[in-house]
Amino acid sequence: MKTKEQIINDLTPRKFNKLGVAWTTLLIIVIIAGIIAYIDQLIKGQIVTNMRDYALWGIYISNFVFFVATSFVGTVIVAFLRLTHKEWRTPLVRIAEVISLACIIMAGITIMIDMARPDRLLNLFIHARLQSPITWDVIIIPTYIVLSFLLLYFPLIPDLAILKNYYKKTKPKLSKWYGTFSLNWTGSTAQKAIQSKSIKIIAYLIIPVGFILQTVDAWLFSTTYRIGWSSTNMGAYFISGAFVAGVGALIAVVYIIRKSYKLEDYITDMHFDKMGRLLVLACLIYLYFNINEYLIPAFTASVEEEAHLNLLFFGQYAPLFWFVIIGGLIIPIVVLMFKKGRKPLPMFIIAILVVLGSWWKRYIIVTPTLLHPFLPIQGVPESWHHYFPSIHEWLITGATLAMALLIITLLFRYLPIIPIQRTTDEHKLLRTNKITES
Amino acid sequence: MESNNKSSRRKFLDKGLKLGIVTAISGIGLSKIASKLNAKPDGDSHDKMELMTTDGTLIQVDSSEVMEMEHSSGHDKKYNVREGLPNRKFVMVVDLAKCKNALSCQSACNKHHYITGDNAWVKIYKMQESKDTAPYWMPTTCQHCDQPACVTVCPVDATFKRRDGLVLIDNTRCIGCRFCMAACPYSTRVFNWSEPDQGEITLNMDMEQHGHMASSPDHGGVPSVKGTVDKCDFCPHAVDNGELPHCVTACPNGVFYFGNKYEDTVTNGDETLRLGKLLEDKAGYRLLESLGTEPSVYYLPPTDRLVDFEDGLENFTEFQSVEKPE
Repeated sequence: MKTKEQIINDLTPRKFNKLGVAWTTLLIIVIIAGIIAYIDQLIKGQIVTNMRDYALWGIYISNFVFFVATSFVGTVIVAFLRLTHKEWRTPLVRIAEVISLACIIMAGITIMIDMARPDRLLNLFIHARLQSPITWDVIIIPTYIVLSFLLLYFPLIPDLAILKNYYKKTKPKLSKWYGTFSLNWTGSTAQKAIQSKSIKIIAYLIIPVGFILQTVDAWLFSTTYRIGWSSTNMGAYFISGAFVAGVGALIAVVYIIRKSYKLEDYITDMHFDKMGRLLVLACLIYLYFNINEYLIPAFTASVEEEAHLNLLFFGQYAPLFWFVIIGGLIIPIVVLMFKKGRKPLPMFIIAILVVLGSWWKRYIIVTPTLLHPFLPIQGVPESWHHYFPSIHEWLITGATLAMALLIITLLFRYLPIIPIQRTTDEHKLLRTNKITES
Repeated sequence: MESNNKSSRRKFLDKGLKLGIVTAISGIGLSKIASKLNAKPDGDSHDKMELMTTDGTLIQVDSSEVMEMEHSSGHDKKYNVREGLPNRKFVMVVDLAKCKNALSCQSACNKHHYITGDNAWVKIYKMQESKDTAPYWMPTTCQHCDQPACVTVCPVDATFKRRDGLVLIDNTRCIGCRFCMAACPYSTRVFNWSEPDQGEITLNMDMEQHGHMASSPDHGGVPSVKGTVDKCDFCPHAVDNGELPHCVTACPNGVFYFGNKYEDTVTNGDETLRLGKLLEDKAGYRLLESLGTEPSVYYLPPTDRLVDFEDGLENFTEFQSVEKPE
């Protein structure tokens, strides 16, 4: 059993090692490349993308949907597991909260990248119309950003106070910053009562808000007449998809962090086992909605719908479609069913597969539908019949993904990855239990 | 016990006070109403006016009750770009039996709206529903739906529906999210992906001609604006001058009929017909009626055709709808 000092020593933020510096530099380079591409897009217009009048939304939108989906992990892991008192969540919650916050911030930025007139952003408030799903997004995304931030911040306060004391002598400047953000935390009973009550309120609030967020995202598509979008299945389908994407991203990030910060004592195989079970559950639910979305409509498909399904099952998009279904859902389910599959390394590989599958899944949802309007595509250049992202789109999208990773990396440079206070409390609890038992 | 007593006394006082206030206020209110009801015309009782109500009955009113009002200055005549032209409901009828893909409508539209992108506003589709049915040419404009999907989803009210039936775009407000394009089942909307190169000279000429400098929704958004949506506008600028839309006048075969539904007439420039009778006689229909978008454009089926479908094939270009200057 570790002492409190040991735990604090283990869990305080550490400086980047060489690999960390290289990783951060790489991210910054990718981001700079993306910013240059975006400035070019601002100057020349969206002609630099491969979107045109038919494929009018591309990877900006699918990437936005991916970010929104991944941000759901905050709701799933943190709120659900907290409210159901699952103790094994302790070393994972902060990672989940940080992923959630980074992703929802990037979702907000990504949707603005897709706007051809970002200079008119304020029109969304000045001339807002409540019946447009975009307005719902404008309302719900900032709400979720605030809630995600608070869900990260409130449990962090005691840890910030610990860090303030820890760095008092060695780094007085840093200590001062931690002191400011710890809001004079002393750990008194009154403070603890307020804190736990606040966390509980936020945890309760974020569940409906998280559900609304995912559903609004689905309604962005299902409120149109498009084949493949206008489906009553959409809301539940998106929520379950977000469950998969979020847990997948969490496992991948947890594995990398555990490895690079050597946290094997805190994040054990048991935690991976639990997350693996959660991912199987998520994938099974998502598979169910996928069957509802693709297989059952095939029986009564109208001509247009049949063309759409053919395109996905056997046509141009078939390789991607089957990669997403098999690689992103079926293989994870099969592998994670076995205990050996829920060991850290195989889980990491599966998680990467799931995240990739989730990203391309959104692409499969957005693009093929747009290339199948009701009236035939005629009288436009041949290239408008297809869509594949341009260099600009890849650079900008890459930059948004890098930015999310950079936010996660930087936050963990300065924040304890694993809640220190909670861990010491739990260790103490374990020890007293042992004493009473013996 | 002591404290309990106290608190109940406090409650009693509190409730009593509230009740008192409510009674006082309602008392004042009642007396006011009563004084109105029993109002006897003080002063000269001869001073009465006879007025007619909207349903035609004559009533007598004390002249002291009558106030002079300012006339609302022609609210039904004043043109408001978002309200539209008063007492009109524009409709179009497209007679598919006459269309042979001459493309005059398209080039006239392209020319008058300075369309410089790769996608025209007026499209002539080569249609064939199934292998065994006859092919035909189908021109489409914006359908100016009465239940426009594009207007519903626009987050900033940049695209709007007017009382005269037109769906127009304010391209000084559009944020370029393209949700309206995703929502439109008729694929009628086009986007300015880059700076529209409409040419300075033509643009200036156009402005002089129409006497306006900034883009206006009722002028097809000319000049077009980068990063905003354009589409067929039913040419309200022409209609305002008593002219027909450019596609209607340009068509050599009289395919397009344009008119006012309230007057039940449509004209293609040569002949003027009763809309109701035309639709009844020729079994008019609307595109994708089942979606419930209620378009303002009617189609007459391609029966008893005056022209051969094959004649149109020589003009058909699969990958081009806007002629580009060399």
